[in-house]
Amino acid sequence: MAHKNIIPIGPQHPVLPEPIHFDLVTEDEKIVDAIPSISYVHRGLERLVEKRDFLDFVHVADRICGLCSFMHSMGYCQAVEEIMGVEVPQRALYLRSIWAELSRIHSHIFWLGVAADAFGFESLFMQAMRQREQVLDIFEETTGGRVILGVCKVGGVRRDISADTLKGIVKRLTKLKKDLEEIGSVFINDYSVQHRLCGVGFISREDAYTLGCLGPMARASGLFIDMRALGYAAYKFLEFEPMVETAGDCHARCLVRIRENYHSIDLIRQAVDKIPEGPFAVTVKGVPDGEYFSRVEQPRGEVIHYVKGNGSRFLQRFRVRVPTFSNIPAMIRVLKGAEIADVPNIILTIDPCISCTER
Amino acid sequence: MTKLFTMTKTVTKNLVQGPATLMYPQKERAYTEITRGKIENNIAACIFCGLCSKRCPTYAITVSKENREWEIDRLKCCTCNLCVEVCPTKCLSTDSHYASPVTERQMAMQKEKLAVDSPPDVKPEEEHNGRGDL
Repeated sequence: MAHKNIIPIGPQHPVLPEPIHFDLVTEDEKIVDAIPSISYVHRGLERLVEKRDFLDFVHVADRICGLCSFMHSMGYCQAVEEIMGVEVPQRALYLRSIWAELSRIHSHIFWLGVAADAFGFESLFMQAMRQREQVLDIFEETTGGRVILGVCKVGGVRRDISADTLKGIVKRLTKLKKDLEEIGSVFINDYSVQHRLCGVGFISREDAYTLGCLGPMARASGLFIDMRALGYAAYKFLEFEPMVETAGDCHARCLVRIRENYHSIDLIRQAVDKIPEGPFAVTVKGVPDGEYFSRVEQPRGEVIHYVKGNGSRFLQRFRVRVPTFSNIPAMIRVLKGAEIADVPNIILTIDPCISCTER
Repeated sequence: MTKLFTMTKTVTKNLVQGPATLMYPQKERAYTEITRGKIENNIAACIFCGLCSKRCPTYAITVSKENREWEIDRLKCCTCNLCVEVCPTKCLSTDSHYASPVTERQMAMQKEKLAVDSPPDVKPEEEHNGRGDL
């Protein structure tokens, strides 16, 4: 019987972009238990809703997290619009979908880079970051911000994208797709990458379901869970299909994200072809009175925004349930029995976003 | 053998393309027209209504009606553009360049004051008083 040791990982660790702490109970090189603890970056953004005008709070919702910034403001706006019965113009819905898909691409490329960094492939990390820059440039030209877009508002969007720019975006994304195929083929075919990822961090379809996995984590285990199928924003007009793998290991999660990148580019192309002319925002009058759960698919999975208004300018309650929070139990299950050298890979394949989780 | 040719292709591409990064201080970065860089105030047109300070999500702006002063803390400002949107006289605007780096919080406070004794028909540029370089 080996002696049990506790190895702390985090809150500061080279592979962790954000602070999360794990106590890993190990026997030799095997992990027998993992105890996570969060709350290093709690900012109290949900409480702030009681002191901020509900229209201005979009800016705070935008800043819950960097990588999924747009999805947070979109989810919040959808909830408020639903409570107030605001009819959002179709052009705004399409623009929201375009920006949401661009966010997904930039988040996934970033993840691919960080994952490459975690298994020690530095140059792949650099290549991924270089490709991501192209998406950030599109953001800056269309919204004015590189990461925090700040274009969503209750009743539509703040900025329009001209038809020429939309065509230009599609052209640049076609080029980006070619570049992504180049780095994607390294992830898919490279021997050393397969050696680090294949068979590592396996979670079965049943476990993924019972532990409440979401997003790429669930889809890599063969679950068809994708909130875009609900048809919010403009997804009801687009031909959308969830990317599903069945292997359930780290490599499968990697493949899901690579394929989602291509699919997002395709969705943007469809949206640009179908986008109607017309206004891109409506003026909102009145105050929200009621409650609503809005469900949006973030790069990491489904996010729920619960909004409750009481008939005043200040909302009564705002709650965000983010995908990382649902994925942590599955990550703990996967960590048990893993080798200590695989821990960084396993932690990263759920794509933890701690700022979201703690708000 | 095929591996060798893949490598040659990459090498030639990298030689032709040049670096992906920018030699930053020597070559200035191109900002787009709509880049949210920093908030500017045309103090001559400001009526000191204080709407911007009330709506600011980070409480970065302080307005004093009595002293005719408008102050912004650049380190607090999150450049969300909300103040520019709500400004009734449209004296606030967003500059596409980011605010300069500072070493102390105090240096990030930018005060703009309307000169009380200046005659009302003076051109707006000359009315800027105490406007820092930030």
